[in-house]
Amino acid sequence: MNPDTFDPNFQIPAPERIGEERGSLTRIIQELVFTVDHKKLGLMYIGSGLIFFVVAGIMATLIRIQLAVPRNDFLEPDVFNRFFTMHGTAMVFLVGMPIIFGFANYLVPLMIGARDMAFPRLNAFGFWVFFFSGLLLYFSYLGAPGLYAAGSAPDVGWFAYSPLTAKAFSRGHSTDYWTLSLLMGGIGSIVTSINIIVTILCLRCKGMILGRMPLFVWLILVVAFLVIIAMPPLSACQIMLILDRFAGAKFFDTQAGGSAVLWQHFFWIFGHPEVYILILPGFAIASEVIPVFSRKPIFGYPVMVAASVMIAFISLGVWAHHMFSVGMTSIGNTFFAISTLLVAIPTGIKIFNWIGTMYGGKLRFELPMLFCLAFLFQFLIAGLTGVMLAIAPFDWQLTDSYFVVAHFHYVLIGGLLFTIFAGIYYWYPKALGRMPDFRLGLLHFILFTVGFHITFFPQHIAGFLGMPRRIYTYDTGRGWDIWNLISSIGVIFQAAGILFFVINLIYSYVWGKKAGDDPWDAWSLEWATTSPPPSYNFETIPEVRSRRPLWDLKHPDDPDWKYE
Amino acid sequence: MTTAAAQPTEWKLPSTRKVAVITLIVTESALFTIFLVAYLFYMGKSLNPPFPSQVLEFPLLATIALLSSSVTIVFSEKALHAGKKGAFHLWWAITIALGAYFLWFTAMEWKHLIFERDLTLATNVFGTTFYSLVGLHASHVIIGLFLLTLVLVLSLLGKVPADHTEHLEMISWYWHFVDAIWIVVVTVVYIISIRY
Repeated sequence: MNPDTFDPNFQIPAPERIGEERGSLTRIIQELVFTVDHKKLGLMYIGSGLIFFVVAGIMATLIRIQLAVPRNDFLEPDVFNRFFTMHGTAMVFLVGMPIIFGFANYLVPLMIGARDMAFPRLNAFGFWVFFFSGLLLYFSYLGAPGLYAAGSAPDVGWFAYSPLTAKAFSRGHSTDYWTLSLLMGGIGSIVTSINIIVTILCLRCKGMILGRMPLFVWLILVVAFLVIIAMPPLSACQIMLILDRFAGAKFFDTQAGGSAVLWQHFFWIFGHPEVYILILPGFAIASEVIPVFSRKPIFGYPVMVAASVMIAFISLGVWAHHMFSVGMTSIGNTFFAISTLLVAIPTGIKIFNWIGTMYGGKLRFELPMLFCLAFLFQFLIAGLTGVMLAIAPFDWQLTDSYFVVAHFHYVLIGGLLFTIFAGIYYWYPKALGRMPDFRLGLLHFILFTVGFHITFFPQHIAGFLGMPRRIYTYDTGRGWDIWNLISSIGVIFQAAGILFFVINLIYSYVWGKKAGDDPWDAWSLEWATTSPPPSYNFETIPEVRSRRPLWDLKHPDDPDWKYE
Repeated sequence: MTTAAAQPTEWKLPSTRKVAVITLIVTESALFTIFLVAYLFYMGKSLNPPFPSQVLEFPLLATIALLSSSVTIVFSEKALHAGKKGAFHLWWAITIALGAYFLWFTAMEWKHLIFERDLTLATNVFGTTFYSLVGLHASHVIIGLFLLTLVLVLSLLGKVPADHTEHLEMISWYWHFVDAIWIVVVTVVYIISIRY
């Protein structure tokens, strides 16, 4: 163990003293607005992502209150439609993507031994474009009535199927806000991804060959490539929709020979890779956390890289499994069913490798590890329901039911959000210099895990019983009541968990134990510098000889490069 | 010392500019692909005239102009590497002129189609996909012309340092990409779809 980790003589300074060290509020705001530093931008991404997370989470809570009992009139039907649209759009574009970019921004330059991203100003541009796209989406509540005084926030669902978005059915400007917001967000994501690719390929420190990069960096590289290929179709969709709505174009106008199904194809050509854009960073975090807390190097590093590239490649050819029920040819259905089932192979390889990493390891059940363990089980369930839905006839039965809702919430919460929590607890000491509080974190973990399963597991059953998604209420006597009630009760636990999470973030920032450079005894380069790192990251750029450069530094008698 | 330790003596990484422009071209290609697919998908699906076979004429001169501008920009770069400032400016200006001719040709074609053949974005799905695809390409030509003109003006003012040849090379890569996309667009729009 590293003896410098905990300083026994250290005394916790009074809170005001810390405030002085960290600069006044106006100074901080000024810093944040003008900064091009990848670490500050990374934290801003994560911070604004968490704020949007709370807002979209409150919407979800209100949705669950409405659905708790049959024939409820807590929310009006049109308000309900706006809520599920805004909840979905915000969670994907304003929570998932920015938090992922935040982690990538903060960690990639540190992990590859660089001083900053390749294009720091482009990086700041990407953040602000994302941030204003978020504000634009929420501004629709005020601005969208437009001249017609009809409509408010977008209410067309997060995938905005045509012809719901046609002028005749979506009056006012709510859909336009949705469109422009996603177009802007797409530009932000693309420039940030170009920046990430260039940084990873061109700014690695001496000796950091591709085969020695941390798996986190590898997976983020794969994600960035997916973004630059999958995002332009979404932007194209939005451009077409703008032309349709403002210039009278006929892309999705069925009366003029246009096709509503084309929108579905184009949207899901973006939409399915998007799922992997969201889940691969979850894998990235798990691939960093699990080895460190198992005290073993990752099992099967080259296979992990190959599996990630395979997942990304296959994900570009599976989009129409979202459309089995629109009536494609049998050949089309078969192709997309098989390609979807293929994804299970590399994903399974990954799960086995994480288990292989833990096997025989000296496990430490710290907060990041707890969240990663839960992730493994939950993602397995998500993967299994995904395989079920890939079978076209099964999908005909259950598409657009609560089974699908349960499936993708197991992917995005059980998979992505849990690893995001793991990542936040794992790198919190590095970014803010303080250890997160274990007891508060444990409360967060238990409450959130329990609440998550209580909320989303019953939705599988409600789906089997035929409950369609996106209905604002239902009649009693269909067997759905009890599952919806249980599901809504689970929200209480989740909300309590999130409350403890937020309390922990604030509490530990002020009163947390000082972390030191390397509190988890980890191996990647970000732990070789101070916590928080200086603006120039490293005083001397290190030279890397193995996949665990910090292990080599800490154990000169037994370095990794002798064996690799 | 084992071989593994002695290995990394030389450490070379790709140029940030080149990787950035290549990724930009990849992402732009994805964008063009969607509009091309939309055009191909709607080929022959217009419910009302005008149809492509009635109004489209192969833009021979414009195509020759745009494709030869890819050659002149290479001559321009060669002159720059050889240190011939005058030849560089001349070829660079010819490139701009050829690009501008292409743009003028598109403008005239659109004017003809809109005012004489009554084909607009809102006429039918052919109009929708034609103007969006060709317009997307034309907007890239405009961006390229802006960059080329900017370089010419700055270079004539003596504001382009001698070691910035790679910056100019990146603009030429972008210009080559715009030309290459035109080959695909012209094939799809003016050769394949003209039968409908």
